[in-house]
Amino acid sequence: MKKTQNQKAWFMVLPVLILVAFSAIIPMMTVVNYSVQDTFGNNEFFWVGLEWFEEVLHSERIHDALWRQILFTVIILAIEIPLGIFMALHMPKKNGLWTSICLVVVALPLLIPWNVVGTIWQIFGRIDIGLLGYTLDQLGISYNYTQDTFDAWFTIIIMDVWHWTSLVLLLSYAGLRSIPDAYYQAAKIDQASRWSVFRYIELPKMKGVLIIAILLRFMDSFMIYTEPFVVTGGGPGNATTFLSIDLVKMAIGQFDLGPAAAFSLIYFLVILLVSWVFYTTMVNMDKENE
Amino acid sequence: MIKINKSTFIMILYFVFLLLPIYWLLNMSFKTNQEILSTFSLWPSEFTFDNYIVIFSDPSWYGGYVNSITYVVLNTIISLAVAIPAAYAFSRYTFMGDKHLFFWLLTNRMAPPAVFALPFFQLYSSVGLFDTHIAVALAHTLFNVPLAVWILEGFMRGVPKEIDETAYIDGYSFFKFFGKIFMPLIASGIGVAAFFCFMFSWVELLLSRTLTSVDAKSIAATMTRTASASGLDWGVLAAAGVLTIIPGALVIYFVRNHIAKGFALGRV
Amino acid sequence: MAKITLSTLAHSYLDNPKSDDDYALKPIDHIWEDGAAYALLGPSGCGKTTLLNIISGLLKPSSGKILFDDFDVTDNDTSTRNIAQVFQFPVVYDTMTVKENLAFPLKNRGLDADYIEKRVSEIAKMISLDDILDKKTNGLTADVKQKISLGRGLVREDVNAILFDEPLTVIDPKMKWELRTQLKAIHQKLGHTMIYVTHDQTEALTFADKVIVMSDGEVVQIGTPTELFEKPEHTFVGYFIGSPGMNIIPAKVNGHKAIIGDHEIILNDTYGKLDGKVELGIRPEFIKFSDDPNALPITINRIEDVGHYKIARTRFQNHDINIIINEGDDFSKDMHGIIFDTEKINIYENDWRVDP
Repeated sequence: MKKTQNQKAWFMVLPVLILVAFSAIIPMMTVVNYSVQDTFGNNEFFWVGLEWFEEVLHSERIHDALWRQILFTVIILAIEIPLGIFMALHMPKKNGLWTSICLVVVALPLLIPWNVVGTIWQIFGRIDIGLLGYTLDQLGISYNYTQDTFDAWFTIIIMDVWHWTSLVLLLSYAGLRSIPDAYYQAAKIDQASRWSVFRYIELPKMKGVLIIAILLRFMDSFMIYTEPFVVTGGGPGNATTFLSIDLVKMAIGQFDLGPAAAFSLIYFLVILLVSWVFYTTMVNMDKENE
Repeated sequence: MIKINKSTFIMILYFVFLLLPIYWLLNMSFKTNQEILSTFSLWPSEFTFDNYIVIFSDPSWYGGYVNSITYVVLNTIISLAVAIPAAYAFSRYTFMGDKHLFFWLLTNRMAPPAVFALPFFQLYSSVGLFDTHIAVALAHTLFNVPLAVWILEGFMRGVPKEIDETAYIDGYSFFKFFGKIFMPLIASGIGVAAFFCFMFSWVELLLSRTLTSVDAKSIAATMTRTASASGLDWGVLAAAGVLTIIPGALVIYFVRNHIAKGFALGRV
Repeated sequence: MAKITLSTLAHSYLDNPKSDDDYALKPIDHIWEDGAAYALLGPSGCGKTTLLNIISGLLKPSSGKILFDDFDVTDNDTSTRNIAQVFQFPVVYDTMTVKENLAFPLKNRGLDADYIEKRVSEIAKMISLDDILDKKTNGLTADVKQKISLGRGLVREDVNAILFDEPLTVIDPKMKWELRTQLKAIHQKLGHTMIYVTHDQTEALTFADKVIVMSDGEVVQIGTPTELFEKPEHTFVGYFIGSPGMNIIPAKVNGHKAIIGDHEIILNDTYGKLDGKVELGIRPEFIKFSDDPNALPITINRIEDVGHYKIARTRFQNHDINIIINEGDDFSKDMHGIIFDTEKINIYENDWRVDP
């Protein structure tokens, strides 16, 4: 559709602009403010330039948090994307009772408050009162997510897979459903194998939604806070302290405003960079489709 | 009819995976705390509603639900109210800085809430809105408004401009056209946007906990405050958890037909 | 190539069909000759796509049998029937090149690489795709993509039949003509059994040796384009084919006279007693204006100029009659009478043609 030029359109966009400015710009200004200042206490601040940024960029603690975060994100992407696609391929293709049941069950984990997701798994993994913990214990496997690093990671990863795979599934499913029957019919006539059908018909047509799924999962896992916080609190020690958890600890826990602010800005910049890639890819995809 | 084949079997395995932890929560919610801590069983030996009764009778518990629903609804209304005109503008017009504005909006969806926790705390405290529903509702618009604009713009693009023009030729004023003709056409888009606003606001913890303390305390905050103390009342906690799942389950059930369609068109 | 036999084939989409109306395809017996080009012509919803999908195996008929060269294939899957199908919109494997698309069916059958190479270039040349063999398919135009679809069907030497489901729907009008010509040429060269479904009579009449006209799930007539034009078996065929279609006027028929209104027309042949709804059919091409006092009196509503001929929309009593006036014909606006070419008159009883 050809759009018309109309500067008056700004009026329609104004409410959004004001709201988001209030929500985003003003706080950001505060953050920028803190990132270049230090305090003696008693609300007296003085300028320190880029000192905090240097400290943050060289901080071992933050580097560690960053590596933990990257490892976590890579692992869950490697599991959730293929699993989501695989499950989407097995979802029913026609509308009906079974399809409704599938959609409701699959979507359920997505609508549970994140802290409840954490609570569910916190309970589930305990040896005394949780099904998973108890079963593992009975099988003779030592399992303690509050004290053992590997167990903590294991629990958080399986929790995230449980929580978010459905998003990948639903997006992939939407992509699959949009493929006209004729393609499958032609493949039958061409005697294509199941794998060929996936590789040459389904995967190419799902490319768009898959990119959205991957980038969304990347973003959200990079910002993860609530679920691991509820289950392990970041522990044992620092083992599951990912970037957001570390940041909140710094800002609200320790009230280290300077470093926290600098950290925030860098964190935000990283995400901004990836957003930009996201946006450009999507715009190019839309152009291809037109 | 339900066809039984390999796919069905695999789906059922996945269901077991998804439903098992939820079943476990349900299981616990019907046990007394004593039973939970003393024995381990797949279903309650003494089935009890006590945990639920505690929640429904204790204002500090049920208040949490009321507060959460309040700010979620507020947020959905506000988000949609500002997003609809903006999405309309983006879908129909080009104007100075439009692409940059759209991109900037998207970046807000990508903002880590952790970055905003402290600034929001200070901001809302300074305007005297700390511990109010409106504070959380506004805070959540940070990521819900971009999402709503994005989804709505996608749906609105699907309505040809010719319909607008025809309405004007027929003598409709802009507002009449918008209300009587346009909105019904994008009804499913509004539904999808509202669904996602509800979803992301309902599930969020960090900001809702940071910005509230007593009056507007969300159920998520109530639950986590409970959880940080020792000597937990697991039964009540489990019941509280189950109750938070119900609104979500109801919402999915009612929009199940729009979900797949909405995901594809709305470009979540 | 194969001969395809339909044996009392019928199909209903409902589980328990009760009446004729529940059938999308009413019982049909037909033999598709090996190597012939057929068109399945009819308006939307007449059952032609249903029939096509039964032949290809994508749909299993609710009753009856289908045989390929006398082998019962009713229960056979599409892949074993060895047919090719070209759909309404181009179905190509977007991530492959043109060459890979054409080679795909052969590769899946595990054939020798050299053979595949040879065969693909042979077919590509035939449908003029040889200069773009190495191009990726997703940037190409709709008509080229349809040719690729067709090519995938042609590469298999043992293909039993090629089925077309309204393949020119998304093609530009200019390309439609070119593609139709190419299809006809390919048929003449390779001699496959071809079944072409369409609702466009021009496509059907120019492509096919024999046309099968369907309406409401029933086969109404099977014949060559000429037969369909001159002797439509059913008033539907008369009306559907031709532009404008046949004029159908209620009449009383008595021996060798037909009475329209109060006007008498002497017929070429003699007819027996006729019951029910009796109509006279005559095509606009076979009516001329005349000053003869015995001509049928009509009033002219309007004249449409279509280029090298005109269409006269006229009225006799309360029936519309269309007449085609060719360039050389005798005509002036104050002519009020028309004469039918009695050789081209068809008489219909209850919509079906009566043999004299």
